[in-house]
Amino acid sequence: MRIVFNREASVKVAALATGIAAGAIGWAVPAVSQEISDDVVKIGIMNDRSGVYADAGGEGSVVAARLAVEDFGGTVLGAPVEIVAADHQNKADIGSNVARQWYDEDKVDAIMDLPTSSVALAVQSLSREKKKITIVSGGGSAEISGSQCSPYGFQWAYDTRALSRGTAGALVRGGDDTWFFLTADYAFGDSLQSQATAVIEANGGKVLGAVRHPLSTSDFSSFILQAQSSGAKVIGLANAGLDTSNAVKAANEFGLTEAGQKMASLLLTLSDAHSLGTEGAQGLYLTAGWYWDQDDENREFAKRYMERHGKMPDMLHVGVYSAVLQYLKAIKAAGTDETEAVARKLHEMPVEDLFAKKGRVLENGRMVYDMYLFQVKSPDESSGEWDLYKQVETIPGDKAYATVAESGCDVSSFPKN
Amino acid sequence: MTMLFGIPLPALLGQLLIGFINGSFYALLSLGLAVIFGLLRVINFAHGAQYMLGAFTAYLLLFYTGLGFWPALIVAPLMVAAISALIERTMLSRLYDLDHLYGLLFTFGLALIIEGTFRWYYGAAGQPYAGPALLSGGTNLGFMFLPNYRGFVVVASIVICLSVWLLIEKTRLGAYLRAATENPQLVQAFGVNVPLLLTLTYALGAGLAGLAGVLAAPIYQVSPLMGSNLIIIVFAVVVIGGMGSIGGAIVTGYVLGILEGLTKVFYPEASNIVVFVIMAIVLMLRPAGLFGKEI
Repeated sequence: MRIVFNREASVKVAALATGIAAGAIGWAVPAVSQEISDDVVKIGIMNDRSGVYADAGGEGSVVAARLAVEDFGGTVLGAPVEIVAADHQNKADIGSNVARQWYDEDKVDAIMDLPTSSVALAVQSLSREKKKITIVSGGGSAEISGSQCSPYGFQWAYDTRALSRGTAGALVRGGDDTWFFLTADYAFGDSLQSQATAVIEANGGKVLGAVRHPLSTSDFSSFILQAQSSGAKVIGLANAGLDTSNAVKAANEFGLTEAGQKMASLLLTLSDAHSLGTEGAQGLYLTAGWYWDQDDENREFAKRYMERHGKMPDMLHVGVYSAVLQYLKAIKAAGTDETEAVARKLHEMPVEDLFAKKGRVLENGRMVYDMYLFQVKSPDESSGEWDLYKQVETIPGDKAYATVAESGCDVSSFPKN
Repeated sequence: MTMLFGIPLPALLGQLLIGFINGSFYALLSLGLAVIFGLLRVINFAHGAQYMLGAFTAYLLLFYTGLGFWPALIVAPLMVAAISALIERTMLSRLYDLDHLYGLLFTFGLALIIEGTFRWYYGAAGQPYAGPALLSGGTNLGFMFLPNYRGFVVVASIVICLSVWLLIEKTRLGAYLRAATENPQLVQAFGVNVPLLLTLTYALGAGLAGLAGVLAAPIYQVSPLMGSNLIIIVFAVVVIGGMGSIGGAIVTGYVLGILEGLTKVFYPEASNIVVFVIMAIVLMLRPAGLFGKEI
């Protein structure tokens, strides 16, 4: 019985060790401008800098934000632009505390990135209270621009609805109409699966079955066997991170793809694909809004980013770049950094940059732009460690994203301009 | 087709085999843990980190020296054992006279530091590690497709578990070990170097974790988190088997692997907790574990 007591004690130690609050770094800058509050535009990049999602955001997003500031010229309306960063450790309470401190003491004007939907929702709701702008590119829940939307909240890079519409819709239309899901057994997995199911059924396909596996399962072979015996044409992965990687590895090992079944991941980041390698991930379908090797503009940006950070940028990182750039453009267009005015400009202005070639922002804050269905290359097709995707088809923005009415966002509650 | 509990028999056989394969890992890991607890009375929370170190050592050997799977299977566990021996000698051995809690806290802290360091350098997503070419592909068993490598893991694990059990229960060295933990003063009086024996024991337990790590590397992503995902289950296996019972740890490892495999078919959502439910029941009915002796 002793072990039980001891383990309890060790959990307390763990809680202590991980309970260190995150801090923000900032410094004062001399006064120059009258339209800008506190004479500086401060943008806070808040994300996971040490945990499971650190590769998908982390320092990479900060690097992308700095590149955006440089590309904009370093100042807006004569005031300097400053980037600060903090780790929310994927915990909503820590995220809210940091946001409060940023707004109240550190004069931060807007918070961006915000992966992990629970944290994004908490910070967005606090920011609505404080009348500050948030631009979420890391957090994927469709709720952010749906039932929990905010007049000052924007969602930039993707959402779960677009990913499932993209991947499931395109495959079913191509004739892969029977599906079996491996779903992570929590809210995120559930919503991915139910959104994808709706798309599959709307396109005349059929879901033959699903297994709901616990979060952080290391061995997927049992689930893979079940998927195999279902006879479904596509195995849909409604999970993320290590779970996705381990499921894909097991599927290859058990000869699933060789036997003709397709694997489709509803959320795969470039770092996941990179860590699996083409050997492990080949043939996998996924949806993303940006890939470094799509055109010269993207390749050039990727090269600059690579020089700074040593890795290729992913959709989420470039989403932060685009968000920062658009925010600065909006301040310039509004002639002030006052929240209402900037939010109005963000809603009005089209988004034209290397991330979103033809983007626009809906009333609910959702930035709508074209998404792409990709397939991971085979080792023969790939010419280097980052040469991972080939583009299969373009999914027009209005097909991928929900309309304001569909999103469930009550825009009538927003303050009238 | 023959059906059993509403599931076709071949599918069920496949799932049983998969459970047995996972059980092989549980058995290997809980074996090392049981050796360390049984002989040193140390609750080694760093076991998961040592397992992860084994996998990472194999990966790094391949990456930096080009050393493939087979040499790594020998070299990596030895390296993990050597590092662990150093840690035991310089730090852990000072805690033997104190309450068990101190050993647990020390190894827990150690695990956090090791895993944190690897996470800092390699991120959480993990690295791929290719298995040996000799064992690529698979065999069709009629009821399922068995990847050759997984078959090898089962055989290797059975051989290793049996050898370690024989070493400790049936050889003279094993007798010294057991005697040294019963009554260190007396054994020392006979001229046996007890501190050295204890160091070797800790190194053996850690080396076994490292070996399990190398075996796991081609199957799972080599990730800093791979050990912490597994360690709590392995602790439960040891508790169910009976703390310190080496044979108990091995048998329980395989049995729980199979039970967990069956849960994945009938009620997958519960597959992460089934081991703990069994642990709770066993602790209520037999507090010393299935194979443990009442103290």
